[in-house]
Amino acid sequence: MSDTNDNDKALFDAGVKEYSAAGRYYYDIGYKPTETQVLAAFRITPQEGVSFEEAAAAVAAESSFATWTTVWSDYLVDGSRYSARTYEMKPVPGHPDQVMAYIAYPLDLFEEGSMGNLMSSLVGNVFGFKPLRALRLEDIYFPPALLSTFQGPPHGIQVERDRLDKYGRPLLGATMKPKLGLSAKNYGRLVYEALRGGLDFTKDDENITSQPFMRWRDRCEFVMHAVKQAEAETGERKGHYLNVTAGDMEEMYARAELAKELGSRIIMVDYLIVGFTAFTSLSKWCRRNGMLLHAHRALHSVLDRQPNHGINWRVLAKMCRIVGADHLHNGTVVGKLEGDRASTIGINEMMRETRVATVEQCPGHHFNQPWLSMPGMFPVASGGIHVWNMPELVSIFGDEVILQFGGGTVGHPWGSAAGATANRVALEAVVQARNEGRNLLAEGADILKSAARHSGELRAAMETWKDITFDYESVDALDKPVS
Amino acid sequence: MKTETFSYLPTLTSEQIEKQIQYFLNQGWVVGIEHSSRLDPKLAFWDWWKLPLFNVRTVGEIMSEIEACKSKHGNSYIRITSYDNARQTQVMGFVVHRP
Repeated sequence: MSDTNDNDKALFDAGVKEYSAAGRYYYDIGYKPTETQVLAAFRITPQEGVSFEEAAAAVAAESSFATWTTVWSDYLVDGSRYSARTYEMKPVPGHPDQVMAYIAYPLDLFEEGSMGNLMSSLVGNVFGFKPLRALRLEDIYFPPALLSTFQGPPHGIQVERDRLDKYGRPLLGATMKPKLGLSAKNYGRLVYEALRGGLDFTKDDENITSQPFMRWRDRCEFVMHAVKQAEAETGERKGHYLNVTAGDMEEMYARAELAKELGSRIIMVDYLIVGFTAFTSLSKWCRRNGMLLHAHRALHSVLDRQPNHGINWRVLAKMCRIVGADHLHNGTVVGKLEGDRASTIGINEMMRETRVATVEQCPGHHFNQPWLSMPGMFPVASGGIHVWNMPELVSIFGDEVILQFGGGTVGHPWGSAAGATANRVALEAVVQARNEGRNLLAEGADILKSAARHSGELRAAMETWKDITFDYESVDALDKPVS
Repeated sequence: MKTETFSYLPTLTSEQIEKQIQYFLNQGWVVGIEHSSRLDPKLAFWDWWKLPLFNVRTVGEIMSEIEACKSKHGNSYIRITSYDNARQTQVMGFVVHRP
């Protein structure tokens, strides 16, 4: 039996110390991060009475090495090696109650190739820490030493274009509607109509899996029949994002295998819903099996919509690319969904850049991110968009994007084949005009009207959606500098 | 049967084709010409007309190569393609002649 201390002399410095106390490493302004360290930008809103310095030190501490009180076993570890350090603080324009803290994490804190492990530290318990009123992770820098332990997109933009034989224009898709209740054969009909009309892709909705009204195998069979029939009829390669999201990983693999067996080019997953570990497994399966992977971002608004708390969408998007998908939904800017224009454009650039995505090129980002040889991924612009938006969409996104017109295809007064043709004619007319040097924003309406002279489908679509706009202010805009 | 980019528009006139080629050259891309006697979505490679025109930098020269290809393979589909060595892949392609 061990002997306990029998006098008042302290055996170690027990008790609660300030995180920012001298002699600890968590608040270390002016520290120069090394080239292997992970960097994070946190927007911190401390509780009243808590200083920015203490709050920032606490975030560094609680997301790395520290417990609330000192413990004797701290003395068995070299704290300087495992402590995260707040190395820079910036005021947040227009928000005197907030501060942007930049924190450097030693590479040793993280397991190679495990996004889950990184998240357990950076967005783990620290988000419930009581001295903070709110906390938001705004950006992460992945050093090459960590980035290169991840696979990245199974194929990436260039390989996808080669596999699909589609060049020099954005790709076109549509989500099948209504989301729920269609039989497999009716669903296959919808897919067939949209693809034969001129779309490149159709898509399952995020909450379609294998419900009683349409089981997985039935949907898979009818959909692949539709894809092949449309390919034979149009002479073009087509695909349907078959959503393999399921209740467990074994079932997801089984569904992916069936999709492959029936000749699908692409599958889909709700990447935040299944979790980063399951997503990583599926992404690796896709690389091994020559299958493209479409990532839907259901759940993201729960995490990213509050401007002062949670995880900024750009972080979730960056993590998605690093773990690996070939497509990822991002905002449309012009449509009905959230997403400040500059922020959306910044995230698109980050997703597609194959060298270094810089903060100048990616508005809203805090770090230059080198991508080594990791392929870029297609942003998907989807939700509330229609033919009239085409000139602006092509002007904002360029060619490396998938434009998805769900209601804008299936809602066409003549049916979805005509809706698809209308979108395809509009897209090609706009790309042709852009290449000819015409100004899409100034001349967009003229370009569409002149294309519609050769296409009744486009004419009818333009008439149907002539007055629609969705012009609400975004909840999550970039910080505006105070003038 | 459709043939990917621009196949949902009325056939491009020579003048429109020239404007597209000028755009490709302005991007620094290399333009190539290919032909195929059949359309099949499974067909990955069409036959090349010579090689991609690495040293050709004027629209006029490319238009004459298209004409030369047409006179020899008028019963085939003919498309022009573009390659970007920065992205290390094909970046454009559209059909300029149908049999």
